[in-house]
Amino acid sequence: MGFFIEVLFGGFLAGVLYALVALGFVLIFKASGVFNFAQGAMVLFAALSLVRLLEWLPLPLALAASVLIMIAFAFVVERLVLRPLVNQEGIILFMATIGVSYFIDGFGQTIWGSDVYKLDIGLPNEPVFILESVFEGGVLVNAFDLVAAVIAGLLVAVLAIFFQKTRIGRALRAVADDHQAAQSVGIPLRDIWVIVWSTSGIVALVAGIVWGSALGVQFSISLVALKALPVLILGGFTSVPGAIVGGLIIGAGEKLAEVYIGPFFGGGIENWFAYMLALLFLLVRPQGLFGERIIERV
Amino acid sequence: MRKHWRIATLGVLGAAAMTLAGLGEAMAQNEQFLPRLTYRTGPYAPNGVPFANGYADYLNLLNERDGGINGVKLTFEECETGYDTARGVECYDRLKGKGPTGAAVVDPLSTGITFALTEKAPGDKIPLITMGYGRSESQDGSVFGWNFPLLGTYWAAADIIMNYVAQKEGGYGKLKGKKISLVYHDSPYGKEPIPLLEELSKRHGFTFTALPVTHPGVEQKATWLQIRQARPDYVLLWGWGVMNSTSIKEAAAVNYPRNKMIGVWWSGAEPDVTPAGDGSKGYLAAALHAIGDQFPVHRDIVKNVYDKGKGAAKKEEIGHVLYNRGVVNAFLATEAMRKGQARFGNKPLTGEQMRWSLENLDITATRIKEAGFEGLVYPMKLSCQDHMGSARARIQQWDGSKWSFVSDWIEADRKLLDPMVAAAAKKYADEKKITPRDCSKEM
Amino acid sequence: MLYREAGQFKTSYDDDQAVFPIRQDRWGMAFILAVAYVALPFFATDYFITSIMIPFLIYALAAIGLNLLTGYCGQVSLGTGGFMAVGAYAAYNLAIRVPELNLIVVFILSGGAAAMVGVVFGIPSLRIKGFYLAVATLAAQFFLDWAFSRIKWFTNYTPSGSVAAPPLDIFGFAINTPDRRYFLILVIVTVMALAAKNLVRGRVGRSWMAIRDMDIAAEIIGIRPLRAKLSAFAVSSFFAGVAGALWAFLHLGAWEPLAFDINRSFLLLFMVIIGGLGSILGCFLGAAFILMVPLALNQIPTALGMPLSTAMISHLEFMIFGALIVFFLIVEPHGLARLWALGKEKLRLWPFPH
Repeated sequence: MGFFIEVLFGGFLAGVLYALVALGFVLIFKASGVFNFAQGAMVLFAALSLVRLLEWLPLPLALAASVLIMIAFAFVVERLVLRPLVNQEGIILFMATIGVSYFIDGFGQTIWGSDVYKLDIGLPNEPVFILESVFEGGVLVNAFDLVAAVIAGLLVAVLAIFFQKTRIGRALRAVADDHQAAQSVGIPLRDIWVIVWSTSGIVALVAGIVWGSALGVQFSISLVALKALPVLILGGFTSVPGAIVGGLIIGAGEKLAEVYIGPFFGGGIENWFAYMLALLFLLVRPQGLFGERIIERV
Repeated sequence: MRKHWRIATLGVLGAAAMTLAGLGEAMAQNEQFLPRLTYRTGPYAPNGVPFANGYADYLNLLNERDGGINGVKLTFEECETGYDTARGVECYDRLKGKGPTGAAVVDPLSTGITFALTEKAPGDKIPLITMGYGRSESQDGSVFGWNFPLLGTYWAAADIIMNYVAQKEGGYGKLKGKKISLVYHDSPYGKEPIPLLEELSKRHGFTFTALPVTHPGVEQKATWLQIRQARPDYVLLWGWGVMNSTSIKEAAAVNYPRNKMIGVWWSGAEPDVTPAGDGSKGYLAAALHAIGDQFPVHRDIVKNVYDKGKGAAKKEEIGHVLYNRGVVNAFLATEAMRKGQARFGNKPLTGEQMRWSLENLDITATRIKEAGFEGLVYPMKLSCQDHMGSARARIQQWDGSKWSFVSDWIEADRKLLDPMVAAAAKKYADEKKITPRDCSKEM
Repeated sequence: MLYREAGQFKTSYDDDQAVFPIRQDRWGMAFILAVAYVALPFFATDYFITSIMIPFLIYALAAIGLNLLTGYCGQVSLGTGGFMAVGAYAAYNLAIRVPELNLIVVFILSGGAAAMVGVVFGIPSLRIKGFYLAVATLAAQFFLDWAFSRIKWFTNYTPSGSVAAPPLDIFGFAINTPDRRYFLILVIVTVMALAAKNLVRGRVGRSWMAIRDMDIAAEIIGIRPLRAKLSAFAVSSFFAGVAGALWAFLHLGAWEPLAFDINRSFLLLFMVIIGGLGSILGCFLGAAFILMVPLALNQIPTALGMPLSTAMISHLEFMIFGALIVFFLIVEPHGLARLWALGKEKLRLWPFPH
């Protein structure tokens, strides 16, 4: 039983990391209907920028500079990619973000280098044993994962306040509901896009910090985007809480499957299990957990 | 605007045509061309870069210091494979015809690419050097006429590591009832050692479990939780790139003792241990050759290559594990060329001549000393039947800042390996309808 | 001036329904086929044949498969690589276990195997669409990757899980030189491309397009979505399966599941979108673009003698490739095939456009 809880916890905490990446997807999809494949590449780019800037600058300055870089990136994307492609179909915009993702993978590695960089901003990484009185040997939890979970929680809270309480947040929600209606009441669509891409750039930076501290900052980080896709399906493309809950379910589900079902099949099943889980879920509830019912039945 | 992009398209097409034309360009005659399949980008770049740098630096050293080999200048061209098999095959096809004699030898530097090129090399008559990697059964030169897994295959590596484990435990007899786990990269590379470890577990009565990690290997939480529950006595690590450092970090996270983790020689370099920081203290790995930059060859490289500003790496990376591996790999390839030139004359060699040279390669202690490699590599000898030469490794341990050896050279048990190799090679020969060469008839 | 159809009259229904109704197109096609069949094997270097033409043709074939599904039937799929893997491993197992089978039969059967798997993974399309479906097809991709690396029977119990194609021959004619391999692929691709072209003009293709354009309307005019969608998945996977078998047997020679990983699927989707959704010609254009651009980018600096490091070239390749994708999407979101069609329209009127 102790082991089960351990795996469950481990899964939840892995899920938090997926949720961080999925969150970036959701933000952009909500506000602009763009399925932003470049989110993974943005995580890499943000993390690379931070880790290389840290070589010269103290942490707060480097963080601020990275945020500025991500905002600048949002401006450039809006100006050069989104604006010329306005009113195109979803698939075209999706392709364009794949192009963007290639571009910044190359660009990031050109200016920042392609080694493994160690990102150490003082996050703890010791195993912690809890509930030792209940189970023999206790339940192992990683301090790092707990910190990551707290960071994710904070981020979600900040985003929630931003969306619910601020003027810009309200504008964003209006745009998400109906582009044309929002525009007709005078909400500048282009500014909104820049804001939402910047926000998701900052989310990418946070995800990059967490992943980077866990894995070292390197190219593979951009591949975590693929891990966020089943989370999106499960949680719905447009729901912030969906991304979080979906992340937790996917994380826990795949770890439990790997540990308890994997050995019967020779292991390594977690990669597709997440997708299968999401797929089965879709057959029952096509709009995801918290998604809006916009998908018509076929 | 409309016109501009058309001109741009034309430009791209024109440039493409030019490149195709450029391929046919004549090359200087007294040059030996070496295609270099490298990966300096992608998920495995941190490991691919130092290897490529070491290789390039040694070739440049020979050119700068000696003017090549016996007056034959070495030219080489890198081609980025990104560890992708299809790209690797394209690189090979692109570069195999270059230079006055074409490519004389290729290092695929990826197990997947090795498998694909194994099918192509016999047709093109180009030997493949797969130093410390590649397919294990290709040690058998009678079936795999063009593969040269110098210094050791994965089966040899698994045997050497298990030998070390047995030493630690006090003999093979003590292995009975022990639990050994293998955490492996889920690709041909990672799967290679499994048959040998299964064989050993049958012989010595230890329990063997294999835990796969999916490419590129950043998801290992479940794997290490299983290890935490099963508590194996030793964990062997068969990872590459980011997978290695992640494994070590996860091991630290579940409190698995790092000094019970032993990596193969591709899991024991600086980029593997540094990201985990203190977590990797005590981690063990096999080493194919010595580490450090204290050898005469390194001094020569600094003097002849770096001081002229032609170095490929950063100066402080000279002597790193994978850098040295590149140097050693280049050394073995160029030594084979010397051997070939002694027989075929001081001119560029063809692939066929190179194969003869490799099969008759005999690197003596005197030669190693003369070349400045004393202590870095050990003497070895190949034959038509035996394409591996000797297979030895030492076990090294990371102390938080550097590697140091904790064992002497351990030799793989050829009595165990050879029958398995022969059986696997025969299966391959049957499948491919190859008639094995009769090595007793070749000189 | 040259490209003008004045004076070409259609005197029968057959004429009206020809694949290439315009004479100049027929000539152009004949010319391209002549170059592909006769000129290239004679004049091109082995490098050009093995590293450009062979992958180009196989990619084009797989792209046709994907385009039938995505471009004609409107079902976005990211699992093409997985279906290619099914074809490759089916071909391997057939060739190893039933050595007396003719190679052509092996390819057809492996396409059939892929088609069956495709239908199974196509079932979710009855419930979901759009990006949800795209991500759902990723499940196929990851599952198939895993199955081929884990289930040992598929790889005939080879220890490393990497398998090699057996020696190939057709009617006793050994397929062992680049030219012969090229020729075999060319014949298969020509036949299948023609089949695809005719398929999309027929009843089946029209039912796919009806589903793509508006599924509810299609249902009302009597097209059964179940049948149309699953048939699209089956045919698409058949093409992908044959392409996979060709890729494994005739291009790589030895392969592992990683050869058909998710990147392959993405690459094929790029080809289809860059080339043009809903166009067979576009598949060829897209395949050429996606394959050649990186190769050209990779070789230009070397050819010009620019001393760039490999890493730099590779990073630049990424950047330029990404930028080109965006650029093309902005200039012509409907792909290269649409550009070609526009060009033809202009040519028809040239030099007197008014």
